[in-house]
Amino acid sequence: MSAVSAPTPNPAAAPVETPVRRFVRAFVEDRVAVLGFVLFSLIVLLAVFAPFITPQNPYDLGKVDLMDSRLPPGEQTADGYTAWLGTDGVGRDLYSGILYGLRISLTVGALSGIIAASLGMSVGLLAAYAGGRIEAVIMRIVDLQLSLPAILIALILVAALGKGVDKIIIALVVVQWAYYARTVRASALVERRKEYVEAAQSLGLSTRAIVFRHILPNCLAPVIVILTVQTAHAISLEATLSFLGVGLPQTEPSLGVLIANGFQYMLSGRYWISFFPGLALLLTIVSINLMGDRIRDVLNPRLEK
Amino acid sequence: MTAADEPLLRVTDLATHFITRAGTVRAVDGVSFEVARGEVLGLVGESGSGKSVTGYSILGLVDPPGKIVSGSIRLAGRELVGLDDEAMRGIRGREIAMIFQDPMMTLNPVLRIDTQMTEAILAHERVSERAARDRAIEALRRVGIPSPRERLEAYPHQFSGGMRQRVAIAIALLNRPALIVADEPTTALDVTIQSQILAEMQSLCRETGTALIWITHDLTVIAGLAQQVAVMYAGRIVERAGVDAVLDTPRHPYTEGLLGSLPSAATPGAPLRQIPGSTPSLGRLPPGCAFSPRCAHASERCRREAPEVTAEDAPPVAGAADGANAGEAAGANARREFRCHHPRSVAAR
Repeated sequence: MSAVSAPTPNPAAAPVETPVRRFVRAFVEDRVAVLGFVLFSLIVLLAVFAPFITPQNPYDLGKVDLMDSRLPPGEQTADGYTAWLGTDGVGRDLYSGILYGLRISLTVGALSGIIAASLGMSVGLLAAYAGGRIEAVIMRIVDLQLSLPAILIALILVAALGKGVDKIIIALVVVQWAYYARTVRASALVERRKEYVEAAQSLGLSTRAIVFRHILPNCLAPVIVILTVQTAHAISLEATLSFLGVGLPQTEPSLGVLIANGFQYMLSGRYWISFFPGLALLLTIVSINLMGDRIRDVLNPRLEK
Repeated sequence: MTAADEPLLRVTDLATHFITRAGTVRAVDGVSFEVARGEVLGLVGESGSGKSVTGYSILGLVDPPGKIVSGSIRLAGRELVGLDDEAMRGIRGREIAMIFQDPMMTLNPVLRIDTQMTEAILAHERVSERAARDRAIEALRRVGIPSPRERLEAYPHQFSGGMRQRVAIAIALLNRPALIVADEPTTALDVTIQSQILAEMQSLCRETGTALIWITHDLTVIAGLAQQVAVMYAGRIVERAGVDAVLDTPRHPYTEGLLGSLPSAATPGAPLRQIPGSTPSLGRLPPGCAFSPRCAHASERCRREAPEVTAEDAPPVAGAADGANAGEAAGANARREFRCHHPRSVAAR
């Protein structure tokens, strides 16, 4: 900070270091985090371009041949392509199935994370700024929500709502919003006592401008950290629910559904049907968590050098 | 009294109390003063004397549980106490601006300077983004920031403390307010920077005709800056007069004690003088004069009854060196008010 002292003759020469640039520079200092980022990007690319790089559309029942069922990795299918990761119990190519499954898992994780974050942030800001009875009510709901196990609430909700991507997203949002609300409220309570808020008030800015332009951006750091952790959590929770048979239907096979499909064959030696989807799930979650760890370190002001 | 006779700011019997479970804290308790257009009033006192709360009260920024319980604050004849939030917001930043103590804390760390400056203009006026930007550049130039156009794109952490305070001053000046309340704006800065900023504030206020309430505990700052001085103790103004009268011939023992505590007034090698004791807790003020427990001249009467305001003509300024200022002091500033049963004699010092 002291390095940038005031009257530089030509300050335009030095590029302005925006908070985003500073963040990126600190992030790439950690090799493991970069590895996580590369891995995650790869997984996302594979999922996005799944229709163009897979030999089979696992949703197209016309393409699925029961004769191909339970082929071990590397076998030739009746369609003529090689099933590098084997096929499952109904003859779907596992490589194709996993890539399509990733699309669903990632979509569910990202959407539920973004919706839960937006909802939680709004509620948390409202609680922090309104105070009094409104804050008390909101925070007791948050406490109640967080005191129950996430899997239990999700199970009950999915059982009540039924199967489907939209329903599982609703269930995951309900499970997650409270984390954001609690964190944002805590940060906002700290931020609103800071002098820059008073200075903004002394300029005659509206409450809305102060809350959204001044306080909210200063509360974002912990939200981004939670967002990474919770996205990984949401993906694994969705897989868990699907594995238990209450999440997504067979027609929308996420990674959890694929794992569940192969589970009955595990003891008969046909490990690949569950193993490869499980590995994909593991790599996805690990890559997100590797990034999340570094993001947490970079954004934590107490660890700043 | 017609509107033309009204001073820019007239505060009458202002009382701001903090009502807590532990009792009522009378942070400001019956404060009256006036500030004329273009005038600099120094509001002096120790920590906890209520000087900052007085400043916040003028802007209507006293946070709960604090509340203006009585009194009046009139800005150019318009009553500010009791105005609704919306009306008060229109006055803040436009007619009265504020500069805060710590420039490290008053700028939002995640927003660029241009964002913070233009939004201060756009909150009060419908002008184009471009016009607002030009005004921001002009304001930065006026407070002595080099290459303001480029610096506008910087973040607060890229400025030093002194530069940040200049930016804060530039923001306060953006809407050409009639009055700026400055709450110890140079306390956190180096002395060299402090004197630069003081000199700039002085010339800026002279140029723009902005009146200034300079809140400080530092009498040496006041000596060079203010025309009027109000000394606060325990939520009340104990002495108020022109700067020369207060500094040269204080009537209140507390003012005298403050002046005596300045290290520059001491003989080298001799123990520094101090006022015994510390400021009383505003929740449990002693009966009578709040200063009586620390006062060397206190009598039975002081401990029993609080002194009322005594008004008198300020004396002609003593000392030939101050002769040049005599004309100024003899003008509108010639009245002096104090609250004391046993005022110090004018010839005491």
